[in-house]
Amino acid sequence: MTDKPQKLRIANRDFNSRLILGTGKFASGEIMASALEASGAELVTVALRRADLSGQGDKFANILTFIDAKKYVLLPNTSGARNAEEACRLARLGREATGSAWLKLEIHPDPRYLLPDGVETLKAAEILVKEGFTVLPYINADPVLAKRLEDAGCATVMPLGSPIGSARGIETRASIEIIIEQATVPVVVDAGLGAPSHAAEAMEMGADAVLVNTAIAVASDPERMAEAFKSAVMAGRAAYEIGLAVKRKEADATSPLTGFLNEP
Amino acid sequence: MSFASECNSLALVELSSFAQTATLADVEAALARSEASGKRVMLADFAALISPVASQPAYLEAMARRSHDLTVKHFGRVMRFFAPLYLSNECINVCKYCGFSRDNPILRVTLTVDQVVTEARYLREQGFRHILLVAGEHPHFVSDNYLRDCVARLHPEWPSISLEVGPLEIEQYVPIVQAGGEGLVVYQETYDRGVYDAMHVSGPKRDFSWRLETAERAYAAGFKRLGIGALLGLAPWRNEAIALAAHAKYLLKKCWMAQLTISAPRLRPAAGEFEPLVNMSDRELVQFVCALRIAFPEVGLVLSTRESAKLRDHLIPLGITMMSAGSHTEPGGYTGQGKEKLHVTKGGRMVKPELTTIQSEGEHATVQFQIADERSPAEVAARLQQLKYEPVWKDWEGALNEA
Repeated sequence: MTDKPQKLRIANRDFNSRLILGTGKFASGEIMASALEASGAELVTVALRRADLSGQGDKFANILTFIDAKKYVLLPNTSGARNAEEACRLARLGREATGSAWLKLEIHPDPRYLLPDGVETLKAAEILVKEGFTVLPYINADPVLAKRLEDAGCATVMPLGSPIGSARGIETRASIEIIIEQATVPVVVDAGLGAPSHAAEAMEMGADAVLVNTAIAVASDPERMAEAFKSAVMAGRAAYEIGLAVKRKEADATSPLTGFLNEP
Repeated sequence: MSFASECNSLALVELSSFAQTATLADVEAALARSEASGKRVMLADFAALISPVASQPAYLEAMARRSHDLTVKHFGRVMRFFAPLYLSNECINVCKYCGFSRDNPILRVTLTVDQVVTEARYLREQGFRHILLVAGEHPHFVSDNYLRDCVARLHPEWPSISLEVGPLEIEQYVPIVQAGGEGLVVYQETYDRGVYDAMHVSGPKRDFSWRLETAERAYAAGFKRLGIGALLGLAPWRNEAIALAAHAKYLLKKCWMAQLTISAPRLRPAAGEFEPLVNMSDRELVQFVCALRIAFPEVGLVLSTRESAKLRDHLIPLGITMMSAGSHTEPGGYTGQGKEKLHVTKGGRMVKPELTTIQSEGEHATVQFQIADERSPAEVAARLQQLKYEPVWKDWEGALNEA
């Protein structure tokens, strides 16, 4: 394998960091900004519903002012949309207001578990890709849907590890392994990563990146937790690039069946 | 089957009695189940959590910690702000506890749509981006067309518009949703049918089941946010809590795409001088809020200015996710709109203004109830920041409310 860490490439853009951050749930804009800085993230997602889309510099909806546009690629998201139509409408408004054509496509009609609607997501992705958006869709860990979205021209697929904010880690491991195996676009494990070890696990599995929000935002020290995730993502990725040791049950396997071939 | 029919087959009486007799072992089991499953406690667990034994300091503190953790995990360190805007205090119902009750000889007015816009702009300047339009029940003054017109005019400037008005038919709600209405709030007031009958002396509100099915009709019409609640002070609160929890559980399954919010308003002094039939202490209110959060980790819990500043500050970390601030509970209360049309009603009939008791230019319409937390929105926001919470003024987008 290579000596140098490989860069993450999404839609012809290179990133050194493989940690993407969400910006919800923080106790203040300042705390969020310091966590972003500490995480080393270069790609940051923001709910358009929290942002000022009026273009009038609304100081009561100023979340975007805490995200330095020179440092971060802004990834607006469509959280709150319940179907393709709402998501497309919000995406267009968002592009106009933020100037970013990158979009984290989120369609979750159920406000309790926030699980994504695959049917509506595919519908919206097909429309938005044609309109020139760089679409990163949030999906359940469904390998077929992932391929369909790839075919539709999405820049990544973002399967969930477990429901948003649940901190349950990678409960969808078997399906994510298939998605990674089959993907020709980067796979970002999104949602449910509650501990740095979960993030490292995703990276060791061969995920191209992870997206973390709640675990950092609601930590008692978000800045240090952001650093912890940063280290875990780097460690997991390095291990993946180097190649993990294969687990064996026995310390030194002999060859009782084929050993005779080595005899003089 | 609607909740009004289904609730007859639920063991609400047994659960209410369990809410009185639960033992410490039951409370411990309920808390353990919440910790183990992360969520999904049963109604019986909820009953144990609101029982008298669970209000002992050590148990209440354990519940408060659990409630806090669940709230932060699901909602983060943020508080969503909203403001009520009263459109009208005309009402055709006679309800013993309400200041707007038809027979109360109070100063009344219904704002014109332009006046509503003026009041709303004032609230916008304060920072609010989520608004709750409130009105008495009056098919003539507060018609469905009037409500639709108010919503349509406010929609371009307001990311989120909810209504708390007399129950309507699905077909009447649809145009309001199409005009940009996002949420509908309707409190059952009391889930005890006997007390309900006694409190609602005349008017369409006498129909218990019609009111109970309102949230379902609102959902069928396309509202995305449903608010329910019980007015605490009419029937024993534990019984109300059980019925309210059962209602919430039903709506979460039946109206699965709606964001559900629950309120637990305690009766406040109002015109008519009604005295609460039962009392609920601060300790019991805290217990109720924590039990609701533990039973329903993702449901929004709403706290109005009915409660004192001190209690509100303490309730913030215990499960509350939505707050109002600087509220007025009379039409025209923010900017004095509608003063020229103030009038007194007698037995539901408008008395000519010159015959009324309006004394001076400074007169306002009568409030629905007195508020307790009189701090300005900016003061409450500053206090939240001191408590390490982000006041969130805008957490929705009008584009999501377009048909």
